[in-house]
Amino acid sequence: MNFSEVFKLSSLLCKFSPDGKYLASCVQYRLVVRDVNTLQILQLYTCLDQIQHIEWSADSLFILCAMYKRGLVQVWSLEQPEWHCKIDEGSAGLVASCWSPDGRHILNTTEFHLRITVWSLCTKSVSYIKYPKACLQGITFTRDGRYMALAERRDCKDYVSIFVCSDWQLLRHFDTDTQDLTGIEWAPNGCVLAVWDTCLEYKILLYSLDGRLLSTYSAYEWSLGIKSVAWSPSSQFLAVGSYDGKVRILNHVTWKMITEFGHPATINDPKIVVYKEAEKSPQLGLGCLSFPPPRAGAGPLPSSESKYEIASVPVSLQTLKPVTDRANPKIGIGMLAFSPDSYFLATRNDNIPNAVWVWDIQKLRLFAVLEQLSPVRTFQWDPQQPRLAICTGGSRLYLWSPAGCMSVQVPGEGDFAVLSLCWHLSGDSMALLSKDHFCLCFLETEAVVGTACRQLGGHT
Amino acid sequence: MGDWMTVTDPGLSSESKTISQYTSETKMSPSSLYSQQVLCSSIPLSKNVHSFFSAFCTEDNIEQSISYLDQELTTFGFPSLYEESKGKETKRELNIVAVLNCMNELLVLQRKNLLAQENVETQNLKLGSDMDHLQSCYSKLKEQLETSRREMIGLQERDRQLQCKNRNLHQLLKNEKDEVQKLQNIIASRATQYNHDMKRKEREYNKLKERLHQLVMNKKDKKIAMDILNYVGRADGKRGSWRTGKTEARNEDEMYKILLNDYEYRQKQILMENAELKKVLQQMKKEMISLLSPQKKKPRERVDDSTGTVISDVEEDAGELSRESMWDLSCETVREQLTNSIRKQWRILKSHVEKLDNQVSKVHLEGFNDEDVISRQDHEQETEKLELEIQQCKEMIKTQQQLLQQLATACDDDTTSLLRDCYLLEEKERLKEEWSLFKEQKKNFERERRSFTEAAIRLGLERKAFEEERASWLKQQFLNMTTFDHQNSENVKLLSAFSGSSDWDNLIVHSRQPQKKPHSVSNGSPVCMSKLTKSLPASPSTSDFCQTRSCMSEHSSINVLNITAEEIKPNQVGGECTNQKWSVASRPGSQEGCYSGCSLSYTNSHVEKDDLP
Repeated sequence: MNFSEVFKLSSLLCKFSPDGKYLASCVQYRLVVRDVNTLQILQLYTCLDQIQHIEWSADSLFILCAMYKRGLVQVWSLEQPEWHCKIDEGSAGLVASCWSPDGRHILNTTEFHLRITVWSLCTKSVSYIKYPKACLQGITFTRDGRYMALAERRDCKDYVSIFVCSDWQLLRHFDTDTQDLTGIEWAPNGCVLAVWDTCLEYKILLYSLDGRLLSTYSAYEWSLGIKSVAWSPSSQFLAVGSYDGKVRILNHVTWKMITEFGHPATINDPKIVVYKEAEKSPQLGLGCLSFPPPRAGAGPLPSSESKYEIASVPVSLQTLKPVTDRANPKIGIGMLAFSPDSYFLATRNDNIPNAVWVWDIQKLRLFAVLEQLSPVRTFQWDPQQPRLAICTGGSRLYLWSPAGCMSVQVPGEGDFAVLSLCWHLSGDSMALLSKDHFCLCFLETEAVVGTACRQLGGHT
Repeated sequence: MGDWMTVTDPGLSSESKTISQYTSETKMSPSSLYSQQVLCSSIPLSKNVHSFFSAFCTEDNIEQSISYLDQELTTFGFPSLYEESKGKETKRELNIVAVLNCMNELLVLQRKNLLAQENVETQNLKLGSDMDHLQSCYSKLKEQLETSRREMIGLQERDRQLQCKNRNLHQLLKNEKDEVQKLQNIIASRATQYNHDMKRKEREYNKLKERLHQLVMNKKDKKIAMDILNYVGRADGKRGSWRTGKTEARNEDEMYKILLNDYEYRQKQILMENAELKKVLQQMKKEMISLLSPQKKKPRERVDDSTGTVISDVEEDAGELSRESMWDLSCETVREQLTNSIRKQWRILKSHVEKLDNQVSKVHLEGFNDEDVISRQDHEQETEKLELEIQQCKEMIKTQQQLLQQLATACDDDTTSLLRDCYLLEEKERLKEEWSLFKEQKKNFERERRSFTEAAIRLGLERKAFEEERASWLKQQFLNMTTFDHQNSENVKLLSAFSGSSDWDNLIVHSRQPQKKPHSVSNGSPVCMSKLTKSLPASPSTSDFCQTRSCMSEHSSINVLNITAEEIKPNQVGGECTNQKWSVASRPGSQEGCYSGCSLSYTNSHVEKDDLP
């Protein structure tokens, strides 16, 4: 495992291009595009203001930079550096901006969700979509980029409009049986749309592409409901995480629940491996020096080491007492992610913030639990294999795979607090983002990783 | 004593008194008449009887007594004591045989009665103990009852408390339920209110939005614009098309195409899955058939025909299924057949497995007999052989037992001695001790006996001396008759001493002449004698001694008494003589055996007492 040198970064804006060749990152109002392999700067763009959002077009040819405060979007071309495009939303303001899947249209949501403006880069035409719903996830595109589903709110009723992305023609428009629609999500095969209601009610609806209601599922009433939803990459399962600390798995044939995964604070099953991160006082001359640090002698030695220990059951996990009289209480399943092969599901229960639960979907049971020393900020699956990267806001990166797990100290000046991370398409590297910097972490192939692990010694 | 006196005169005695007398006598008679031994051992009793008899029947009233007895006996159903009278006038003779028979019968009756009494007494004792036991049981049971009653009360109390609690809990539950209901209602009302409010707010918000929209959008905002260097080509390289009905239709088509594709894909998957399952099913079926068919021939004979037909059915099905065309048939057409055949086969398999289980259990139960089939002949032969062997073994055992027994009897003595030796040392020790104790006791007894005999000899000597003395004294008196010199004190002393030593002869004398001497010694002497006997240790040796003594005294007293009868009279009159008696009494006590002295003093005191009234 190797680490690149540390680069500057602001607002955690750092993204790999969809084709995996480039890496875009922002430093204040500048946009830097690097080659992924050499990390050399290919292009440097200067925007009008501090960039708040960047997004690669699907064909990796354009990057949009949104400056919401100014109501501005600037688009840059990678092929033609001199090409420029600036979209000004004027007094209507701007709260969100995204590419259409074809990479030639930009959808801007104005303030107060008055409308969505669809700007085309090919023609002068501008389309407006009225009544978009102000919700967490109101726009979703199918994986193949053909269709867009949009949540709308008209006359105190929720609607979903399905557009054909190629010409922005409205294909279907139907009302949904929801109190206050919160999110919509296409199944990866693009044929089923999951629509879920506000957290006040546990309700998830499944619509076919042609607007038919396929099924409705509700686990309980009178309590806080759905917190997170995730489709399995095979479109076979729909995982619904809710405020009661459970994940319910629905199948794609009958849309009934197959099983539910509880997240208790104590684990009694001896078959489940519980990895517990343990901190150790530093011991000089240990493994971390054995692999070449990218900048020799640059940083001081890490203040402490950590490693995973296999805890013996029963294990009681650290729980958080949620404040229930405030909005958005820290309970329930806040994060859900299927591994790319749909074999594993990683979850986090928000009132056990230090733990990541990995479930075996083939056997529909808990597989492993990782308890970190600090709350898990984010986790992401390797796009190529069942390998989970976790960061906790500390200077370590944690990796889990069915074979085991390890913690890796990120070398660098001072503490490199990993706040976020994103995998490269190939799964060979990932970007680790801190508040002001980012670096790349290169993971070798299996064999090399094995030796690396051995080299790491104390870290594994 | 007075009673007896009256009884002697039957004419005077009342009927009831005589009857009681009679009964009391019969009660006493066995002890007195039956065994001489008893008579000797219990002298006072025998004496009583003696005196009693004499009281009832004297020489004068023999006839009357006999007739009286006869009367009594006849009234009690005994045969008459008299012989059958031949003539009225002839005096009836006493039938000794009848008397003896009567006596015997009476004795038997007495014995029976005694036995019965004993029985009754023991019964009474038993009953008493039973009673006690029952009473204790009763009290115990009463206590138990009390405790259980108390317990019951406690339990009832607890039950009541629990019921109370339960009621309270029920009430609480009800309250809670009500509360829940109420809260749910509140939630629902709040929810509706919230929704209502939300709607209102949203409407306002929408209105505002609308207005904002109008304000922002309708005003020609110069700022809302796209500043672009040049338009870029579309990603697919095509030109954008106009939106027409045609495109709409095309979009629809495409959408349906996508949907169709998806469904087709899913159907294909399902078909594949189905095919897989069918394959598995087929394989299972084949295996089942192959598994079941070899046994089919055998069980078909036993098992009812239905299974046979089923199997044939199965075969048909299998044949059908094996055809390729079967695969392509949709499930609906084949389903019924398939499920039916599978069910049947499954049933067969199940029954087969059950049978196997049964067999296994049977094998377990019966051992290995069933495992390999043996022909009946072999089996029988084997059993015969085994039986023979068993017989032989039994015989052998018998002979061995006999031998053992013989051996045991032969060495029985040895074994007993051995066994004796086997006693614990402790026991031996104990026995030894006991033995020594016995020896000592024996020695003591011997000593005692010796002393007694010595005493007897001494007494004899004394007596001799005394007699001599008396003879001399008589001689002297005889001589003194003329000299007029009275030596009273000595005389009295001698008399008293003499009367004390030979009392029962005295008694006989007295009883013979009751009228003459109703007072004085007759009363005192038996008591004295009883005292004497009591003071002596109760052992055969002493009784023997007594006997010998009595014999001696009898022998000596008879000739003396004739003299004393006259001598006593003047003694009784004299008041001074008592004083002298005392003085004399003290003298021999110091010199001779203690008991003789004692007896002397006793007799004296008694004499004195009797004299007083």
